[in-house]
Amino acid sequence: MALEQQAVLTDEGGHDLDRTRKTAMWVFLGSESFFFAAMISTFLLYRNTTNDGPGAEIFNIPFTSATTFVLLMSSLTMVLADNAVERKDNRQARVWLIGTALLGVTFLAGQIFEFTEFVDHGLTVSVSPFGSSFYMLTGFHGLHVAGGVLLLSGLVAFSFRRPLHREGGLNTGIIALYWHFVDIVWIVIFTVVYLLQVS
Amino acid sequence: MTTTHRHPTAKTYWLVALFLAVVTALEVSVPYIAGIGSLSAPLLIIAGIVKFAVVVAVFMHLKYDSPSLRFYFLIGVFGAIIVFAVVLAAFRAL
Repeated sequence: MALEQQAVLTDEGGHDLDRTRKTAMWVFLGSESFFFAAMISTFLLYRNTTNDGPGAEIFNIPFTSATTFVLLMSSLTMVLADNAVERKDNRQARVWLIGTALLGVTFLAGQIFEFTEFVDHGLTVSVSPFGSSFYMLTGFHGLHVAGGVLLLSGLVAFSFRRPLHREGGLNTGIIALYWHFVDIVWIVIFTVVYLLQVS
Repeated sequence: MTTTHRHPTAKTYWLVALFLAVVTALEVSVPYIAGIGSLSAPLLIIAGIVKFAVVVAVFMHLKYDSPSLRFYFLIGVFGAIIVFAVVLAAFRAL
């Protein structure tokens, strides 16, 4: 009887801890929204301050659309990984996680290529407030993607040691939340920084 | 107390991804459509909001999870909109 009671208590304690961790992640993502809002508004303030240097006209919309598509699809592979964990299919979860990380790396490679092209066209960090705010915003987003790729790699390594569905798959769920957040921030950046500037 | 509902199936996720891809394709085509003029900005903003909401609701499971989580995230989103508006208004950029 005492053991049963203890098991229930432990389970409730674990449930509370899971709920706390998930809530903490949502609160963290909410605070991150402020961070990106500040940087997007800074970009909008300086979008016309090009100091006779290049501005939004050098954006390659078809190319950035392709990298945007890659990041959107990485959200699909992430949610499929989460779904596989829910179904306790550790192997398939690992495949989707690796796919997500690879799509993240592809997005980053595209961003590095894009930055290289822009620098060749004369858009550097120091050439104008437009350049500074553009690189600060997109660069910080890129760092978030890189952080996500590291987290995904850690999760893949972890999956070889222990099935991801243990503890209710919470680690995958929390990293998935972070990854989707990085995706929605890019949805805003792509619309505000790229499409609205060239339309 | 947390109320967690059943999450969607893989098929739903694929359909949502297809929808997001279509909306992105439409978004990208907007700046190149001649004669759309002043309508392009509102169209792009609406498309962005739709994509944002769909990812948050379905992929991030906010539609199926506890209302308290929705509350925490919405505080962040509305706070971000306020930061956005205050900064732009302070510099008379609105």
